[in-house]
Amino acid sequence: MCSSDLSLDQAGPIARNVEDAAILLKSMAGHDAKDSTSLDIEVPDFASFVGKSVKGLRIGIPKEYRAEGMAPEIDKLWEQGVAWLKAAGCEIVEVSLPHTKYALPAYYIVAPAEASSNLARYDGMRYGLRVDGANLTETYEQTRAQGFGEEVKRRILIGSYVLSAGYYDAYYLKAQKVRRRISEDFDQAFEKVDALLTPIAPSAAFVLGENADDPVAMYLNDVFTVTVNLAGLPGMSVPAGVDAQGLPLGLQLIGRPLDEGTLFSLGGVIEEAAQFKTRPQRWW
Amino acid sequence: MTENTKLIQGRTGPWEMVLGLEVHAQVASNAKLFSGAAVGFGAGPNAQVSLVDAAMPGMLPVINRRCVEQAVRTGLGLKAQINLKSTFDRKNYFYPDLPQGYQISQFKEPIVGEGEVLVELDDGETITVRIERLHLEQDAGKSLHDQDPDSTYVDLNRSGTALMEIVSRPDMRSAPEAAAYVKKLRTILVYLGTCDGDMEKGNLRADVNVSVCRPGAYEKFRATGDFGHLGTRCEIKNVNSYRYIQQAIEYEARRQIEILEDGGKIDQETRLFDPGKGETRSMRSKEDAHDYRYFPDPDLLPLVLDEAWVKAIEDSLPELPDPKKARLQSQYGLSAYDAGVLVGDQARADFFEAAAKGRDAKLVANWVTNDLAARLTAANLDIEDSPITAGEIAELVKLIEDGVISSKIAKDVFERMWAGEGAPGEIVEKQGLMQVSDTGELEAIIDGLIAANPAQAESVKEKPQAIGWFVGQVMKATGGKANPGTVNQLLKAKLGL
Repeated sequence: MCSSDLSLDQAGPIARNVEDAAILLKSMAGHDAKDSTSLDIEVPDFASFVGKSVKGLRIGIPKEYRAEGMAPEIDKLWEQGVAWLKAAGCEIVEVSLPHTKYALPAYYIVAPAEASSNLARYDGMRYGLRVDGANLTETYEQTRAQGFGEEVKRRILIGSYVLSAGYYDAYYLKAQKVRRRISEDFDQAFEKVDALLTPIAPSAAFVLGENADDPVAMYLNDVFTVTVNLAGLPGMSVPAGVDAQGLPLGLQLIGRPLDEGTLFSLGGVIEEAAQFKTRPQRWW
Repeated sequence: MTENTKLIQGRTGPWEMVLGLEVHAQVASNAKLFSGAAVGFGAGPNAQVSLVDAAMPGMLPVINRRCVEQAVRTGLGLKAQINLKSTFDRKNYFYPDLPQGYQISQFKEPIVGEGEVLVELDDGETITVRIERLHLEQDAGKSLHDQDPDSTYVDLNRSGTALMEIVSRPDMRSAPEAAAYVKKLRTILVYLGTCDGDMEKGNLRADVNVSVCRPGAYEKFRATGDFGHLGTRCEIKNVNSYRYIQQAIEYEARRQIEILEDGGKIDQETRLFDPGKGETRSMRSKEDAHDYRYFPDPDLLPLVLDEAWVKAIEDSLPELPDPKKARLQSQYGLSAYDAGVLVGDQARADFFEAAAKGRDAKLVANWVTNDLAARLTAANLDIEDSPITAGEIAELVKLIEDGVISSKIAKDVFERMWAGEGAPGEIVEKQGLMQVSDTGELEAIIDGLIAANPAQAESVKEKPQAIGWFVGQVMKATGGKANPGTVNQLLKAKLGL
């Protein structure tokens, strides 16, 4: 695994069901002495949380996640999710995360900034593709122009720009301040609730390559999930329904820092209630 | 401060120079700043490179506690502020000997803040050079352009090695002051054991910032802190000897004065010193300067130090040159000059103290700083490798003190000690170099001399200083072994003086 945007990146399991995800996470998690950002704390037995009662848990519904123009099916699924958790004994509380609207722009400054630096090592000097040019600068340019895909190049350009002298304060530093505000929003919410329930995205899962020529549309799809990366919280996506075209829709659970266990309990409840059986006809 | 010596006469009037230094000192540690690879000189190319140093995908930095300790130790030795919280930033640029594509450094929050260094100049004056900051950073690898006509080779052994960048305020006003500052800084680092100070290997090197201004402008700058009073500065990169530092500064100041006197203006730029030609030349101008796109390294958390840990380091500091010098003066009654020479090298001071116990310290200091130092320099030896031990110097001095040998004979004994003929006592014994203090034996010789030279004996009565001739004759007769005090006493009595 290699870093793209280390302060935002996190390794996470993708599995067929909640219990498998819990088992996989347990085996992945733990202290890594060779990663200075990794915590040296005990890893809980996540699987033991699956199936545990969620009775009495307070679940927050952030009002800012009702995006304009969001597909009605998604709204409906969200309400369904609320109903499932209520039926399982949870208490539903409306909460506010006022800085949510700044999350996406902040994310798309911090992530490209870090990527522009993290990906500098792919320069053709020691490993990987190397396209020789007439001089050193040309070799760098050609190697990197051919070796990286369009989206990566776009992010390197944005990232280099926002870190440039004279722009750093206006972009990168401002984005980090926004990040702090977003984190504080969550801190306040978690004083009142144990976890949050939101849709995973404002639209159904799109086909691979579908938004390739409209990067902004693609970025907008991340609007509900980047907050978690910015605030450093555990998040879980549970498939819970399909739209009119049969494309999958998901619900997101967001927990307190290091409280993945509660997410596995809640995820298990949604999984059980949703009985999501749809399988893709093909993987790609 | 003698203003005049610092003035540079130009065609249009006098000028002054203003100097600030950034010294890069390689941290003395076994491993690199963020990896476990070995640090050392002389290993084969790319033999001391970990996956982290080569920036393999997915590799992450982990701070080396020892390097942090060394930086803190250095900060304490420079009487500087230790910042209990500091952060690491990335300085981004592309170069083949920089595998990550960025250098991890400390930009906004360095580990060490303001301190100061007292610098003794040759004329006995002491100046204070203020330290602005000290920060930790990675060194780059080495590009070898002379191995192949068409290619540049890269050696990553140095890549990731820990450096301390020590930044001074613009407090130096002449080339000798700048060289004396680096010399003093080096002595402190070597005392602390935080850098080996080997300038030939590039383990200590300086970037020199030079500007010139008219007399009076600097005082205005010091009073207000406004750099606007000073001239535009040029930075001369990577100068690695005291001599080159001085040559580069002298050349650069002259160059700037000529431009200004011709009505031109100084471009802020980075310059290189060419030791072969003794001149500086432009490396890159401000317009070409890299935009390093500094930002906090997300791979590393802020470095937070425990106050008790810092205190423990402080308690373990050795006696530093300034207090040691003061102590040698008060404890042993040495002159400021002798004490200064001794503390210039920690091992020399230790050698002195080992030899001086219970002996005439001034005499010991003379032997250590003169005869022994000259011999060691000629043989290109460090005092740690001296073939003559501190105990032997002490023994030699005791022989002089006890009147067993004269100072003159002692020189001969010293040469024999250097030649490996043994301990001084043995040599004196074996060679029969003991002073003759036996009055009977000396009396016989003196009586003989007076009897044989009656005219001389008469003349001494009128010209008492002519006694020297008799002393010389007694010395000759005894092979230099006669105790001069005893001889004088006897002669005076017998010649009726």
